[in-house]
Amino acid sequence: MSFFFVNALSVNAAKSGRWAVILYLAMLTISLPAFAGLGEDVSSVQADQAHMQGSLRTTQTQAYTLHEIQAPSGIVVREFVSPTGKVFGVAWQGPWPPDMRQILAGYFGQYQQATQAQVNSRAGRRPLVIDQPGLVVQSGGHMRSFSGRAYIPEMLPQGVSAEAIR
Amino acid sequence: MFTVACGGSGSSSGGSTGTTPPSNNVLAISVNAGPNGGYANGAFASVTVCVPSTTTCQTIDDVLVDTGSSGLRLLSSVLTAALPQQKASDGNAVVECLPFVSGYTWGPVQTADIELSGEKASSVPIQVISGSDFPVPTACANFGSPQETLSALGANGILGVGTMAQDCGQGCESASPIYWECPASGCVEAGESLALQVQNPVALFSTDNNGVIIELPAVSGPELTLSGSLIFGIGTQSNNALNGATVYTVDDDGNFITTYNNQSYNQSFIDSGSNGFYFLDSSATGIPVCSDANYFYCPSSTQNLTATNAGSTGTPSGAVSFSVANADNLFNNYSSDNVFEQLAGPNSLSGFDWGLPFFYGRNVFTAIQGHNTPGGTGPYWAY
Repeated sequence: MSFFFVNALSVNAAKSGRWAVILYLAMLTISLPAFAGLGEDVSSVQADQAHMQGSLRTTQTQAYTLHEIQAPSGIVVREFVSPTGKVFGVAWQGPWPPDMRQILAGYFGQYQQATQAQVNSRAGRRPLVIDQPGLVVQSGGHMRSFSGRAYIPEMLPQGVSAEAIR
Repeated sequence: MFTVACGGSGSSSGGSTGTTPPSNNVLAISVNAGPNGGYANGAFASVTVCVPSTTTCQTIDDVLVDTGSSGLRLLSSVLTAALPQQKASDGNAVVECLPFVSGYTWGPVQTADIELSGEKASSVPIQVISGSDFPVPTACANFGSPQETLSALGANGILGVGTMAQDCGQGCESASPIYWECPASGCVEAGESLALQVQNPVALFSTDNNGVIIELPAVSGPELTLSGSLIFGIGTQSNNALNGATVYTVDDDGNFITTYNNQSYNQSFIDSGSNGFYFLDSSATGIPVCSDANYFYCPSSTQNLTATNAGSTGTPSGAVSFSVANADNLFNNYSSDNVFEQLAGPNSLSGFDWGLPFFYGRNVFTAIQGHNTPGGTGPYWAY
């Protein structure tokens, strides 16, 4: 698979332009859709970036565009956008999980319901696997090292396997 | 569960020769159905907490022993001892939102003297799990589902005796959705110094404080219960020597490397608080998941597999054999049992989660970060 670098936009809130950056982020938050992430339009990626106060790197492949957001906390969120401009998958890694409501967007309720439906003694404490029509979530790890992914099987672009979402 | 005065426990050594006898460093653990019933592969122990510097104590049974986290967490519904609230330097209450894989525990950080067998740690910050003491902030609720009841947690609490000295560490010294300060005006994200964070109580013992061993016997099929020991200290007493166990170093994030089918997974870990072998997924393993519970594997016949564990630096390494049975058959054919050494399921793609079955028939050492042992400085696992 060949990747080529297209665009790099780095927002660094640590140094001299702090207040300008904060103002910029505040404006982004106001002007972009509040709901971002899985199943949403590509424009929502910037709302996620603003929410995470992170830097964004975009990589184009033949079958999809990968937007990688890196937050100061060490959390990395990767959003996979189809040629039609929809976020069909998200993957994450970091010392704690990302804001799941933000990155699962309209699927957060389904995620919560599926999680609660799995609570029983036999099931115990273990990684989370949700495999339903319309939503797959895999989430594992422990404090200081969480990782996972979520995708909508029906929205995978032609030629893209679920294995790519990581 | 009961409240007792802990004075006069008969540990006086008056008239002895002056040498301090070794502490009783063995805490009984039991793999059983747990307080909610039916728990598969959960190791439980009793924990005594006291109001600091008093003899007002409470022993709480059925606390899950978890080498995959650090710090004691107790359901507020089982806690009767009035423990003092942890305050930040500005006087505000410190409250925590600790994420687990599928949800979070929310509630105040309080301090307790903790007694485990003959070991004691004083004024230890613990988490009291409660959704009602302070309202759950949005950024906490956004992790998923609360685990604040017995039925959601499956235990009266979690005794985190993992590789780390604090639950979060340096990442929470600046503001994060993990630690919060809650003045009357509402809770806000706050950085907390390492000393104010929830602590691995073992690291605060006066002796036997460099790690733990979990000892559980081997099993040859499903069992109702299994009795074993949580032993404190590594190489500090006659009963906790490494005895030639191989030391596998752990990285700063609490992971080592597991290799399976020639693929290496460097976010793998050993975790007594996970209740099975969790690894990869069906497409990577070729093992089907159960149709009714797709978080377990259900092969048509038991699979005997081998993986290789290695320290986080790549060495040393050693093979591990394990078996994956059909989880539906296990639960249907042994419906009253709670010990299942062949229970397994898929994980996220990050690697292997070696849960409690890994401990059956294997003494597993967990060394705490920054603490010296005869096998080197923690963090590491050895077995």
